[in-house]
Amino acid sequence: MKEAIGTTGLVMNEPLLWEKSRKGRCGISFSRKDVPDASVDADLAGEGPDFPDLSEVDVVRHYTRLSQWNFGVDTGMYPLGSCTMKYNPKINEKMAALPGFAEAHPMLPPDLSQGTLRLMYELERYLSEITGMDATTVQPAAGAHGELTAMLLFHAFHRKKGEKRTKILIPDTAHGTNPASASLCGYASIPVASNEKGVLDPATVADIMDEDTVGIMVTNPNTLGLFEDNIRKVCDIVHAKGGLVYCDGANLNAVMGIVKMGEIGIDAVHLNLHKTFSTPHGGGGPGAGPVCVKKALEPFLPVPRVEKKGEKYEFVWNRAESIGKIHAFYGNFGILIRAYTYILSMGKELKTASQHAVLNANYIKEKLRDVYHLPYDRPCMHECVFTDKAQEQYRITTLDIAKRLMDYGFHPPTIYFPLVVHGAIMIEPTETEPKENIDAFIAAMRAIAKEAEENPDLLKNAPVKTKVRRLDEVTAARKPCLCG
Amino acid sequence: MKEISELELKADAGYAKDHEWAKKEGDKVRIGISDYAQDQLGDVVFVELPEIGSKLKKGDEFGTVESTKAVSELYMPVGGEVSAFNEELADSPELVNSDPYGKGWMIEIVPDDMAELNALMSKDEYLHMLKGLKE
Repeated sequence: MKEAIGTTGLVMNEPLLWEKSRKGRCGISFSRKDVPDASVDADLAGEGPDFPDLSEVDVVRHYTRLSQWNFGVDTGMYPLGSCTMKYNPKINEKMAALPGFAEAHPMLPPDLSQGTLRLMYELERYLSEITGMDATTVQPAAGAHGELTAMLLFHAFHRKKGEKRTKILIPDTAHGTNPASASLCGYASIPVASNEKGVLDPATVADIMDEDTVGIMVTNPNTLGLFEDNIRKVCDIVHAKGGLVYCDGANLNAVMGIVKMGEIGIDAVHLNLHKTFSTPHGGGGPGAGPVCVKKALEPFLPVPRVEKKGEKYEFVWNRAESIGKIHAFYGNFGILIRAYTYILSMGKELKTASQHAVLNANYIKEKLRDVYHLPYDRPCMHECVFTDKAQEQYRITTLDIAKRLMDYGFHPPTIYFPLVVHGAIMIEPTETEPKENIDAFIAAMRAIAKEAEENPDLLKNAPVKTKVRRLDEVTAARKPCLCG
Repeated sequence: MKEISELELKADAGYAKDHEWAKKEGDKVRIGISDYAQDQLGDVVFVELPEIGSKLKKGDEFGTVESTKAVSELYMPVGGEVSAFNEELADSPELVNSDPYGKGWMIEIVPDDMAELNALMSKDEYLHMLKGLKE
């Protein structure tokens, strides 16, 4: 038998930096003072900030140890459904560190920022091409910010036509942030139930779509990992009532270069560069959530727009119908560099990446279907959803299965989401993992199913190999401690 | 998770399909969630309830219940005006788990129409529906 990747080892404890602090210790040399002392207005004077006194090695060991407690995609497989935790190639970091980019300042005039402007201009066009849309803004800072931007664009579109629409349709398989983004824009969310196949039924949409409704926010592929195969009809129904179709593109990793969003009736789609386009995700952020739109929405895009006049790139602010600025300066530019690098590195292989992501998810689905319950038994896209129904008889829940996976050296999948599936286990392997890693994951999941049957306490007490054992989530939620 | 046979269901309450119960208390109606609902939710960590005086119709959302797994909406099994809510749940949301029909009650209302209680499922009808859900 092959050795499991999850093992125990010496893990160093590490106190807070303030506990390590020793008065007078210092890790840097201050520059020699070359200006005379000046007195400060008494109102501005006071106690300085409470910084710990530390040497360089104190600080380096602190963060090195903390990093060893962490689990990232550089450590191992991270099949967190709906999150696309793909590997972030190191060339992205190398490009972002080029002095011309790393030392660029947003206040520099366009004449001295031609390279950065060109990157934004070209990235917008690449993203438009990949999604089959007409224009893109790279300003939004993350997915939900992209959703809000798209809602503001929809609002501007309807307002220009003199319409005041107040509601928006949101399927029960959409991303959880969608209703929040719509509410921020003042819209009331109208839930739409998916059908027994886990997708939208055009008849259901036709029943509730009316002329007070802004449009619909679909997630496609949806959060069950299923492609909305009635999307064209749904779009036609919404358009016939003057509405617009927004697509949450968080699951784009299933369909890059395969589905032209513009051609299936989508009016606006946001992308998560920190998912699909291999930029850092989660605590490693910040993110970026560009929005790609059809021609009719282009006049409303945030300013400044980057345009090319002859051989020169410039900022254009004079857009009367624009929704204005939605981020300081030009968005999270450092992230744009990484996504641009990824697109250029991959070229037409972006499509292959999506194909592998879908193949990997289907492979896992087929290899685990006899031991875990599959609520929607049909081919999936880039992620597959199981439940704990088969383990219920042993009083084992999804949470226990997820915790036990840690002992095997895998990051747990997304659990209890989507909400339409009871006890959901949502697995998204991405294209990152080679077959042997996916096989090891499958073997771990099968071993856990067997343990659930034969020795359920192993699961209930898991994880046992991690630095921190199972946390008391209930007390943490009931009596949260919000200070350090 | 409890087996169907382990669920505690009260005969003196009516049940809605969204798993709320309603019980007549004099000229008022007391409302909470069933043993099945609390068991499915798992450890309840927060309950959001309406203000006294709120007028809500049958089927309207009257609050939310949050567990470590999910946040769920609560719907009025019977319409009426909120006359009291269970203040203890603010500090002790676990009462919903430990005593769903007693100390874990949620709101008390002056019903618009006491006859709406008759439209709710009886203990046996509710149990029958739960058996259908489990299959």
